[in-house]
Amino acid sequence: MSEVLIVPTMAEMLAQGKQPEVLFWVGCAGSFDDRAKKITKAFVRILNRANVPFAVLGTEESCTGDPAKRAGNEFLFQMQAMMNIEVLNAYEAKKIVTACPHCFNTLKNEYPELGGQYEVVHHTEFLKSLLDDGRLTIEGGQFKGKRITFHDPCYLGRANKVYEAPRDLIQKLDSELVEMKRSRANGLCCGAGGAQMFKDAEPGDKEVNVLRTEDALETTPEIIATGCPFCNTMMTDGIKNKEKEGDVKVMDIAELIANAQDL
Amino acid sequence: MNYLDNIIFAVLLVLGFGYFFINIKKISRNINLGKAVDRTDNSNIRWKNMAMIALGQSKMVKRPIAGILHIIVYVGFVIINIELLEIIIDGLFGTHRIFSSLGTLYGVLIGSFEILAFLVLVAVTVFWIRRNVIKLKRFINPDLKGFPKNDANYILYFEMVLMTLFLVMNATDVHFQLSNSGNVISQFIAPIFTGISDNSLHLIERTAWWLHISGILIFLNYLYFSKHLHILLAFPNTYFADLNPLGQLDNLEAVTKEVKLMMDPNADPYATPPEGDVHVKFGASDVQDLNWVQLLNAYTCTECGRCTSVCPANQTGKKLSPRKIMMDTRDRLEEVGKNIDTNKGLFIPDNKSLLNDYITPEELWACTSCNACVEECPISISPLSIIIDMRRYLVMEQSAAPMPLNAMMTNVENNGAPWQYNQQDRLNWKNEI
Repeated sequence: MSEVLIVPTMAEMLAQGKQPEVLFWVGCAGSFDDRAKKITKAFVRILNRANVPFAVLGTEESCTGDPAKRAGNEFLFQMQAMMNIEVLNAYEAKKIVTACPHCFNTLKNEYPELGGQYEVVHHTEFLKSLLDDGRLTIEGGQFKGKRITFHDPCYLGRANKVYEAPRDLIQKLDSELVEMKRSRANGLCCGAGGAQMFKDAEPGDKEVNVLRTEDALETTPEIIATGCPFCNTMMTDGIKNKEKEGDVKVMDIAELIANAQDL
Repeated sequence: MNYLDNIIFAVLLVLGFGYFFINIKKISRNINLGKAVDRTDNSNIRWKNMAMIALGQSKMVKRPIAGILHIIVYVGFVIINIELLEIIIDGLFGTHRIFSSLGTLYGVLIGSFEILAFLVLVAVTVFWIRRNVIKLKRFINPDLKGFPKNDANYILYFEMVLMTLFLVMNATDVHFQLSNSGNVISQFIAPIFTGISDNSLHLIERTAWWLHISGILIFLNYLYFSKHLHILLAFPNTYFADLNPLGQLDNLEAVTKEVKLMMDPNADPYATPPEGDVHVKFGASDVQDLNWVQLLNAYTCTECGRCTSVCPANQTGKKLSPRKIMMDTRDRLEEVGKNIDTNKGLFIPDNKSLLNDYITPEELWACTSCNACVEECPISISPLSIIIDMRRYLVMEQSAAPMPLNAMMTNVENNGAPWQYNQQDRLNWKNEI
């Protein structure tokens, strides 16, 4: 994989007088977290392969403010939001794709009222549309017949009712999609949302991510698929807690598709 | 002498409905202690939601056993109360079964009431068994210690007694049994009373009739003190529910104003605030800081505990219980209401608040904002919105976030990310192997 990633920035695009088809909002996890960066790169490889004219904000991107808002700091959230909106509007961004359901929810639902109106899609929805339009093809290959279970991220599923796009993609891999007993609208949280990712859990008798990992392991999967960098971390930790790292992998949908393409 | 019955009945009716309306006014006053929030938009969708969720019970059947039994009790309640009209006319004018002139139709009507009454008895008994014998987890949860636990059982006993009285009343009505039309269930109860003189039968029938209508009036007035208020408030509650995607939290307007001012290069930082500019409290520490829909939510909650049973924090042994958030909000609102009643319409500060005295920060910080509770509620209550408003108070008014969250927020403020990375390194991943 020595292939060079082509990642233009909005500033570079503007300098060339171009407007990308879609702005890829990388998010903090996708930019800085070692595990999530792999998801970012997998998604970019697919975008490069499908020749999608996209661009990132690069160093001009900043936290959407989601964790601050959920922690109760509306001030910090709105300051972040207004700064980001200024940047996005200056570039006349129309369509945004992001691999983080938290960024997705905030950009899509909470920015419009503050002056940021964009068409916002989650990367699983975007990948699905590339497939539907014939711009991307998937061959099952290495995932053929593999048992894959999908963990619904709360901010993608319940919060925004996106349940089918990730599942459609998994099925395109000719794999066996196995559902957990609690899925879709009944899905159990991984434990990271509402700013929990950044603090210790309150006293209890179990960690939420362990409980959710147990749900996943009941389906005896080979892969637990997610569509959120935070869910990914929580489920990966859960698998470690259960000492199942050798048997079960936690992967983002974008990674599944990139791997299937040998990207 | 003949008119004594009618007069007693009329007095009973006026007292029953009168006291009920006094309490309804109190509830309405308490709900209006909440802040304004506009829920007048999209009336078509709102009516539809009310029809589907409250009238149609669409979310109840998500748990089929409880859902179907609940529908039986609900349909029974609504339909059998048509009979109430006849009882009221009979009671006021001294007639007996005024609608029996409808002939066959009357038989069909009463017959279906009898079947429903029987089904309600069965359903209510199963409910009682689920609570007291099987002891389903959500019904023995510590939230329900004391009155809330008894309340649930009282309601079941009320329904058992009312349905039994209705059937006994029909079974001991000699004319009704002789006409043999509509006595689908009561004909099997009637044999119990064989050998009793017609006079005694009449006495039993009259007693059952009076107890039945008195029971209904008492039950009506019990609603105010009980979780059973949901039979009325589920309708406005589903109508006024938030229509936005569950993930969308409201943006505080007061904050928007201040942030815009902060970001305006032409704003004068030393300008004196305009006259009459009072400090707006950010977030909620007490019931008056919540909006009226959140307070309506609290009165509507029927304490079924579906929310708590799906809450990830609660399932992993944390103190948070979304049901308790709603119960606490109602208890505090009742306390504030009583304070206003005793102080002639004015709230005298009592050094208590919803925060700390009822809901602790530990409960609030355990929430993952996953919306499972909101999704699960059969009547569109949002415990999450109250949790978030109380977090806002803790953070923006008291700077009382847990330390790691303060660190996260400092990072967002300084580096544009929740971790301590430099914003200039945001695109480094592109060149890393």
